Amino acid sequence: MSSNTSPLDQNVFDPKAAAELREQRKNRIQSSLARRHRKEKTFRIAGFSAVIIGLAFVALLFSSILAKGLPAFWQSSMTVPVYFDPAIINAGAKPKQLPNETPAHFEERFVAWQTEMGMVDWDALIVNGIVSKDPSLESQRDYISSIYTSSESYRLRDMVFADPSLIGTKEDIKFLADANVDVWLAGNIDRSLPDDQQQLDPEVRQLADKLEKQGIIQSTFNTNLFVTPDSRSSPASSGLAGAFMGSLFMMLIVIVISIPIGVASAIYLEEFAPKNVMTDIIEVNINNLAAVPSIVFGLLGAAIFIGWMHLPLSAPLVGGLVLSLMTLPTVIITTRASLKAVPPSIRQAALGLGASKFQTVFHHVLPLALPGIMTGSIIGVAHALGETAPLLLIGMSAFVASVPTTPLDQATALPVQVYLWQGNELRNFFEGRTAAAIIVLLVLLVSLNSLAIWLRKKFEVRW
Amino acid sequence: MNLLLIGVLLALVAIAYQIGLRKSRNLAGMGNNSATLHSRPGYYGALVALWCGIPAFLILIIWNMVEPSVLQHIIFNNIPASVSATLDAAGRDVLIDRVQAIASGFGVTDKPAAYEIAAAQQLAKFESIASFAKLAVVLSAGLAGLVWAKRRLSQQYRARNQVEKAINVALILCSGVAILTTIGIVMSMLSEALHFFKFVSPVDFFFGTEWNPGFSTSGNAEGSYGILPLLWGTFMVSGIALLIAVPVGLMIAIYLAEYASPNLRTWAKPAIEVLAGIPTIVYGVFAMMIIGPFFKMLGESVGININATSALTAGFVMGIMIIPFVSSLSDDIITQVPRSLRDGSLGLGATKSETIRQVVLPAALPGITGAFLLAVSRAVGETMIVVLAAGNSPILHANPFEAVSTVTVTIVKQLTGDTDFASPQALVAFALGLTLFVITLGLNIIALYIVRKYREQYE
Repeated sequence: MSSNTSPLDQNVFDPKAAAELREQRKNRIQSSLARRHRKEKTFRIAGFSAVIIGLAFVALLFSSILAKGLPAFWQSSMTVPVYFDPAIINAGAKPKQLPNETPAHFEERFVAWQTEMGMVDWDALIVNGIVSKDPSLESQRDYISSIYTSSESYRLRDMVFADPSLIGTKEDIKFLADANVDVWLAGNIDRSLPDDQQQLDPEVRQLADKLEKQGIIQSTFNTNLFVTPDSRSSPASSGLAGAFMGSLFMMLIVIVISIPIGVASAIYLEEFAPKNVMTDIIEVNINNLAAVPSIVFGLLGAAIFIGWMHLPLSAPLVGGLVLSLMTLPTVIITTRASLKAVPPSIRQAALGLGASKFQTVFHHVLPLALPGIMTGSIIGVAHALGETAPLLLIGMSAFVASVPTTPLDQATALPVQVYLWQGNELRNFFEGRTAAAIIVLLVLLVSLNSLAIWLRKKFEVRW
Repeated sequence: MNLLLIGVLLALVAIAYQIGLRKSRNLAGMGNNSATLHSRPGYYGALVALWCGIPAFLILIIWNMVEPSVLQHIIFNNIPASVSATLDAAGRDVLIDRVQAIASGFGVTDKPAAYEIAAAQQLAKFESIASFAKLAVVLSAGLAGLVWAKRRLSQQYRARNQVEKAINVALILCSGVAILTTIGIVMSMLSEALHFFKFVSPVDFFFGTEWNPGFSTSGNAEGSYGILPLLWGTFMVSGIALLIAVPVGLMIAIYLAEYASPNLRTWAKPAIEVLAGIPTIVYGVFAMMIIGPFFKMLGESVGININATSALTAGFVMGIMIIPFVSSLSDDIITQVPRSLRDGSLGLGATKSETIRQVVLPAALPGITGAFLLAVSRAVGETMIVVLAAGNSPILHANPFEAVSTVTVTIVKQLTGDTDFASPQALVAFALGLTLFVITLGLNIIALYIVRKYREQYE
């Protein structure tokens, strides 16, 4: 080693060389510092843009769903004076039960009367009403009956069923336009397409435009979406009422089954269970159950509830049971977490005053953990409300045209209705409906989750 | 009838509680001094109520389970053998309905046969006896329980211990439900899958490269049932999802944990977690309506052929769905890395990003691996997005721009529609489900093990 060049060798100290070396080192450090700071900056920007990307996805998702779905809450309809003309409604009076008649015979006569009522030309009442608004339409009666959706004539029939005294009276009734007319008027179909690619006859299209210009057809808020069940023959009147009731029944079952059982098992595991192999197994098992794909619960439901126990297909009861089993681990885990969060001093104080273990838990620990338990349960229920896959496997994707009245009736659920509508052939119309159904579903979920957040904020105790 | 009985029984239980309470007060003697009792008065009431209610309800449940088959037996006792021998299952149901309609007084529209009327009379007679008997048996069981429990009460009677024992049993039964669910999943899928393997050999199923199960109407196992194309599709979609979710999710976690101001953190974190609360069907529709057409357009503008429903579309949207999952798990793990490690690194002059990359991330690596595995298991089991956005073409190919099929899609496809439940075409869904269950279970067990080990390391 040639020590005479080293600046640290005091014998040959060369201030110039030393200064140069220092300068070099400084430059090196500064250039590397600049590089490192650049890297720091890029890293930071990368992180920030990741956050922006995440938020952008949230925004994109919501804005695109809203953009597609909100217009579907308004639908073409017309308010028309309907005269319940006795000359057209010629089915005779509603039968009454005779004194010497068995209920079975009476029902037979009643059904015959209903059939007769069904044969009445209800369409004529609606067409008459529209013509009365503009007498020049008299020559176009055939096309007028394509303007409104086909279920409207059954609605008139059901009104008279319910109240035969309507016959002979006059009433303003709102009718929904046919789905294709709605698509045409809303501009959801290319108006320049040739006739053979249009869903509607040219005469009907002209008539629709004319009625709209006259203000007979108007775009009004679509209350039907909330009060009628799904419909295939008359897509314009298809609504969410059936799916909503189905979901409601299922959520009630989830609340009745999974919350009590979940809370009870959480209490047992957290407060009473001895530490042994058995409870270890239960614990591992619950953690794993929480991560089992939801579709596997559907298979379980198909095999056990339908295959072995022969419960009815498509029933909210089965759906509710499947969703309950699926929600159970969530409820158990969140309940255990909130029981754990209650400080041991509370338990010790109660035990010290002579309370039994059960009194300690049920009188002191549980009430303090209740806000957390409720929050967790609501989130679990919200999750169950949005679940689709397991329901498809137990037949809940069947088309159901009525509102279920008991948990044993056929039904669908809100998310399943979304699935059914997105697959409908009448794309132009049902794309909006699908997005509208999603909005309804999201509004329900957001309100459930806000309720959970509100509960947590209001009752949360910080120890 | 049952509802009425349940109502009466509930009223009886309430009365029993009051009786127990009253008795304990009497036992306490002068001045209602409950300190002379072993338990607080409420426990005496609860004990009597339990003794009154539980046996009665059990009897009611058993009675209701047995009753229909007894009634059927009575109907067929009155049907001549010559008639009942000619009936198939549906005919029997019709006959039962008719007899019940006659018995209830509702009647039938045509003229009932003589044996039907005879059976209906028997049935009506028996039904009225049976309903009285049920009422009598259930209520007397309740009363007997009440009286017996009440007579046992004394000052030193350990009512609280008894009630607590009952609660304890109820709690244990409830925690058994979770275990039963797992057993149910495993047993039901195993038994149905074994049925399936009677038609198709497991070797063909697990190592076959062709998926074409044919239609169930043929009633046999013609067609090929190789799972590999489905597993490959699952793998491809999940891979794309993770390629999106892991970098973005991890960077979000790092930024929010290390750089973001507390203000940004408090609103950005929940805003991103909103993505986790959205139902998967919504993502599916989003993929189909927005992302698929967008990719198709993008592909056309660059000159590549991208299908609107493809592995890419499904994977991309699934990636969005998993972002909050990765970010919140990683966030937990990164914030658990001890302060001292960061301080040491910063003290030696490392920049913040160097500290993160060379100190924090390596220290957090096991935990992040666990989070990664959980995300994989999430992606593998996801159904609705792929059902709507991945197309459905179970073919082995490596092009992410084309349609694929996954295990979950195939389960849905095989079990919905007009399949006979006992055909191999439907049973294969359970074999697929079992495979899926085993894969996700394995991933979860490894992931939970890693995460737990990691937590212990820094606690």
